[in-house]
This record gives sequence, C-alpha cells and structure tokens, in this order.
Amino acid sequence: MAVRVVGPTQWVFYPALAVIAITIVLATPVELFGFKLPEPVLPLVLAFAWPLIRPSMVAPAVLFGLGLFLDLFWGGTLGLWPLCLLSVYGVVLASRNLLAGQETQILFVWYAVCALVAFVLAYLVVTVASGRAPSLLSLLGQVVPTLLLFPLADWMIQRFDDGDVRFR
Amino acid sequence: MAFRDGPFESLKVPLAWTAAAVVVVAIIASVLMILADRRHDAAGDGYGPVRAGFDGAAGPVNGVLAWPVRWAGNATDYVKGYFFAVSENRRLRAQVAELEPWRDQAIALKNVNGRYEAMLGLRTEPPVAMATARSISESRGPFVNARLLDAGASRGVRIGNPAINEHGLVGRVVGVTGGVSRMLLLTDVASRTPVLIDRTDARAMLSGDGSGNPKLEFVRGVGAVQAGDRVLTSGDGGGFPRGLPIGVAARGIDGSWRVKLFSDRGAIDYVRVMLFQDFGQLVAPEALNPRPLAGLATAPAPTLEAAAAISDSAARRNRAAAASGPGPAE
Repeated sequence: MAVRVVGPTQWVFYPALAVIAITIVLATPVELFGFKLPEPVLPLVLAFAWPLIRPSMVAPAVLFGLGLFLDLFWGGTLGLWPLCLLSVYGVVLASRNLLAGQETQILFVWYAVCALVAFVLAYLVVTVASGRAPSLLSLLGQVVPTLLLFPLADWMIQRFDDGDVRFR
Repeated sequence: MAFRDGPFESLKVPLAWTAAAVVVVAIIASVLMILADRRHDAAGDGYGPVRAGFDGAAGPVNGVLAWPVRWAGNATDYVKGYFFAVSENRRLRAQVAELEPWRDQAIALKNVNGRYEAMLGLRTEPPVAMATARSISESRGPFVNARLLDAGASRGVRIGNPAINEHGLVGRVVGVTGGVSRMLLLTDVASRTPVLIDRTDARAMLSGDGSGNPKLEFVRGVGAVQAGDRVLTSGDGGGFPRGLPIGVAARGIDGSWRVKLFSDRGAIDYVRVMLFQDFGQLVAPEALNPRPLAGLATAPAPTLEAAAAISDSAARRNRAAAASGPGPAE
C-alpha cells in the first residue's frame, strides 16, 4: 500500500479555503421570518485545531491571512482578527503537551476558554478603537454559533492528528 | 558538498519553537496594524486602496450569491400577493381613506409654508439627487455592522453620503470603489448620528453599539424624550440633511433611551444613497458669506434736488443753532 502523505495542503490550505468560502456565503443578506444567517468566526476552529494537529510555521502565517480576510471582508479594524486568532493559536500551542490525547469533553472546555479569550480580546480592542463598548447581547449572538462549531475542530483533530506517517 | 553534509546537519530547531516564533512576529504585526488603522478618518484617505480593491472583488462574488436569495424573495412575494390579494385590497382601501385627509392637509401646509418662505426670504435646501443600490453582502456581528452596496464612485456615490430605504435612514457610506461601496449601518459601534426629537426639538446623539437598537446619548433638556417620540436627523454638523426619519424612542432593558429603527421594519434590500455631502454643496459658498450691511451700498445716488434740500436743511439748522446761543465748537 502506498504511503499516504498528509501535507499542509490537506490540513492547512483546503480548510482555509473552505472557511473563506463559508464566510462569504454566510454574509449573504438573507432574512427569513425576521431571522438572519449566523455569523460565527470560522477561523477560530482552525486556530484551535491546527496547533493540536501539528506545530507548523505555515499554519500561523495562513491564520494571519485569514484574520486579515475577516477584517477586510467584514470591514472591521485591520489587525483585529489576526491578533485574536493568533492569540488562540499561541495559547493552544503552549498548552499542546497538556491537551494531546485528551478526551473530547476536555477539548471542548479548552475550546470554549480559547474562544472566550479571543472574543474578550476583540471586545477590548473594539471598545478602545471606537470609544464605546459593543452590546453584550449581540456579542453572545456571535459567541454561541462559534462555540457550536466545536465538532468541526474535533473532527479535524481526529482526522489529521498523526495522519502523516512520517510523524509516528 | 551536499547541504545535509554541511555544518547545519546537527542544527535542529523544534517545530514548536519555529511555530511560536511565527506567532510572535504575526501578533506584533497585528498590533501595529491595529494602531495604524485609520478607517474612520473623516478625510477619507483612511479607506486605502487595499480595502477598496478588496471590496471591489468581494462585491461581484456576493452579488452572485445574493441573486438567488433575491429571486426567491420576489417569488414568495408574488405568490403571497396572489393569495392575499383580497385582504390586501381591503387593508389598502382603509389606508387610502385614512391617508386622504392627510394628503389634503399636506398640500395646504405646503402652500402656506411656501408663502412663509417667500415672505421671510428663507433659503431652503434644494432636492438631493439619489442613486439606487442593492445590498449584496452584510456583516452583522457585535464588532461591525456594515453592508456592501452595488453602486460606487461611477454612480456618483462618495464617502459620507447618507443611505435611506423606504422606511427611513439606514446608514452612511464609509468606503467607495468604482462599482461597490461600503455602508456603515446606524447600529455599528463606530456610528454616531446627530438627531432631534420631533416633539420637543431636543438634540441628541444616536450611537450604535452592535445591537439592533442604537442608544440616544447626550439628550439635552429635562423630559425631552418620551417613549414613542419620533426621532429624526437634526442635520447638525452638515453630515446628514435635516428631517430624515430614523425611528421611535423606547426605553432599553438597561434603562437608557434607545431607538427602534424604522429601517428594521423590512429587510434592507434596496437602498437609496443620497448624493449629499454637506451644506457646502447646496448653495454657492459666496452666497453664505455676503458682505455685512451690503444693502446700504445699493442705495441710489441722490439727485440734484435732493442734494440741495439736504444741504439747505443742514445750513438752516446751523443758522438756528448759532442764533440761539453759543453752539458746539466747530
């Protein structure tokens, strides 16, 4: 059987492209019965999963690009989401030895903590930049859909962790 | 000598360390970018070519995505219109009957108002040209509330132009490229709009906070606001024309005054961008700065008879003053 090599194309570039595509689709102005589409911060899933799959120099660089994409696409402060995403990446990278091989529930708790860190950081930056604190209720409207994306992160970790035989 | 045989062979840096180095560099770059961000500079040059180019590329993509949504919405409206035609007809008849006296009153008031304006020589605002645009993408999060519109500089849209829909004010344009422009909604954290309360003419500042109902801040006067008061743009500062409908005042959960936006009554799909910049464009700048007491310069020169009469009366006055006693030293 041929050796299956899972390189950065599979676990970094394809997911990044998928995240960009889904973010663009979710920005479509649809309103059904007064409800709009959710707006989760999709790259947060990657910022959590990538350092657990494997430390790499490509991943934070792509994450930086994804953050810039979010800022430009949503029209926010340039540099806001790169900072938040890379903070999460850094925290998970530092705690990698603790998290490796943990159960899904533990991972979810850690994912929630990381998401909270990212949103608190974004909240502080926006508060300072615009001179007024955003509404907590609308913040919750973005935090909850982002937390619900955890199964994606879990699936990515299961799928790609140790997926490359060269790292065994 | 192959690379692997060289002195770098024994040099092995752990993957985690190199990744951490990239993270640190990227975080520093992000912080510098945040500090250098000038996207809401009034001068307009903060909306750089990168943002403009990005919007220009994202616009058509989202336009394609928004098309089926719009088509489905139109189809639903068509079907609804077919099935609910009778009840709709009844409702509209009642509405027409209710609105007819208002129309007559409006015509009468317009007539009276026109006379007042003519009598007082008021300089009223001329009608503002509009560009119709469709919203093709939106960001709804707590940190940004903005929309991309499919009309840009080629249609005359400029940074600062207010945008309205059929219900009321929606936002203002903060970035423009050739065919796409970005509209900041009233609900955005960075949005500030000078408003007035229609009932009391009290001034306030409408500032968004990412929620659906922006806050009324700096309300002047005691009891100036009541629940249900209409809120309009005040036109102070010249950013918006005066009198655009915004919404209705209401108490928020936290006890602060908030505004239920009229533009929330329906989906914000089509908007009209008012090609309005500030008071400066409405009249010629020279007309706003006439010379003081300019009217005196227009008096005609006195005729010969008038000049003789004036000098005669002055001479008689001097003679009378001399006869009555010592006059003022001349």
